[in-house]
Amino acid sequence: MASSSPSKTSGPSASAGGTPSSTTELGVIVPYPEEAIARRSFEPVAAPEHPLVRGARSVAASVLPTMVMIAVLLAFWQLLCGSPSATFPSPLAVWEQSHDVIIHPFKGVDIGLTHFSIQDGGDVGIAGHVLTSLSRVLIGYSIAAVIGVALGILIGQSVFAFRALDPLFQVLRTVPPLAWLPISLAIFQQAQPSAIFLIFITAIWPVILNTAAGVQTIPAAYRNVAKVLALNPVEYFTRIMLPATVPHMFTGLRIGVGMSWLAIVAAEMVQGGTGVGFFIWDSYNSSLLTDTIVALIWIGMVGFTLDRIVSFAGRIIGRAG
Amino acid sequence: MKQRSYLALEGITVEFPTKAGRFCALDGIDLEVEKGQFVALIGHSGCGKSTLLNAVAGLVKPTRGAIFLDGQVVDAPGPDRAVVFQDHSLLPWLTVEENVRLAVDKTAGGKNKAERKDWVMHNLELVQMAHAASKRPGELSGGMKQRVGIARAIAMNPRVLLMDEPFGALDALTRAALQDVVMDLQARLNNTVLMITHDVDEAVLLADRVVMMTNGPAARIGEDRAVSLARPRNRLEAIDTAEYAEARSAVIHFLHERYRNPATLAA
Repeated sequence: MASSSPSKTSGPSASAGGTPSSTTELGVIVPYPEEAIARRSFEPVAAPEHPLVRGARSVAASVLPTMVMIAVLLAFWQLLCGSPSATFPSPLAVWEQSHDVIIHPFKGVDIGLTHFSIQDGGDVGIAGHVLTSLSRVLIGYSIAAVIGVALGILIGQSVFAFRALDPLFQVLRTVPPLAWLPISLAIFQQAQPSAIFLIFITAIWPVILNTAAGVQTIPAAYRNVAKVLALNPVEYFTRIMLPATVPHMFTGLRIGVGMSWLAIVAAEMVQGGTGVGFFIWDSYNSSLLTDTIVALIWIGMVGFTLDRIVSFAGRIIGRAG
Repeated sequence: MKQRSYLALEGITVEFPTKAGRFCALDGIDLEVEKGQFVALIGHSGCGKSTLLNAVAGLVKPTRGAIFLDGQVVDAPGPDRAVVFQDHSLLPWLTVEENVRLAVDKTAGGKNKAERKDWVMHNLELVQMAHAASKRPGELSGGMKQRVGIARAIAMNPRVLLMDEPFGALDALTRAALQDVVMDLQARLNNTVLMITHDVDEAVLLADRVVMMTNGPAARIGEDRAVSLARPRNRLEAIDTAEYAEARSAVIHFLHERYRNPATLAA
């Protein structure tokens, strides 16, 4: 321990310059005590991974837990419902009994590059029913989005319009979608437009109310900027109000699309004819419970996809501003 | 009738309706500012400094009194009185360049597209922010955002530059850097400036006149002291002068002796 020996370390030459230093046996001055250097250990640096390997690793890390969970659930379900006396079909039974439904979802659907048609009535695959439901949702939801955003901006911007309309909206939004069905049928007489109206009336409330909240909470700072720059109403609308409201607007649009999907299934169950709701009702009436289970999985996946699409659109538009 | 100054506030009284009746924020403020003069408004929180600045900006309507700029009455907001806001107020969905561009588009009537872009970049260079032109405000530090806020304001070629506690939210070192930016701009552009501050050193260092306000409600101008330091100023040279020390002392005596902070009095 040469460095700790006071006779060798505390020489004036060693402390010159103010840095901690020590003298070795050979009289060489090093800037730090030797043992401190010796004590220092360096972790070996791992070789950098190929980006593809790193990418695959991170995907696996996020997807693997879900996969494992699904496998565990299926195994548990199989264990619970595997016995012949079970009232609920096991996953294997679903696979066997609804094989046709699972394997041929596009039966009766004609999709080409330039045309698209679903066979009218008769034997249509589950995807055909889902597409029918989706087309209804798309129309009803689009109308709700446009009118909802417009009304939301109106009541968000004008105190008078807010006082006049908000109580009405607050009452109407609590009406369950199916309660509108008799009225809708009475007005439109036909299944298709009344289903579309049902989607519209279900999806519009969250769009209106969230858009209005977005407009009302535009920070005073942005309003002041607009005033100092003397923006005209059109510029204020496009440069300040719309971009500032987009996040709220898309919160409403996301809730709206989820509610539309909930409502369409219920409406089709009651109304009959076509659509995924009808498919469920039909399979229940035919005691094909395994078909119902397949339909539930389809509904869940499509609903999830719709939610992702709207949320993705919101992020893109919010960023583009 | 006497000739009015470039910016003239005459008997500005601002009252706000509240549940407990009328609240008088400002009581008959008279203030004259010459062209090219830098005036700092200082006072304790709640003394109505911001209200006064907002009145000049046109964001608050005075209950009584009038504001004249270059002989004309001012009663609505406009780009000839650019504001540097305390919270910078950049629009987060626009880039730095687009934020300044929005202001330039509203004020650069005769310029074509290329000239406007040059003018935006020129002003960003003045505050040393040209390198961040394509960034969004969310990617910038507080000091950088305020630099852009200043660039946006001066890019409008305002007749009066209003600064509402522009560096209040910044740390001491960043604030000093921004003060240097403002001194540099003042040396180049010789704007007429009305700045609100809480900081005695900032007021004395930057301003030609420090206007001290009494405590609200019904605040008035308590004292108006000229700071006769030569321009352009340099921080290190200025702080060692007798004039700096005297002006600083006068402001501190006003704020902490004659008009102590009502909050600390109560404590």
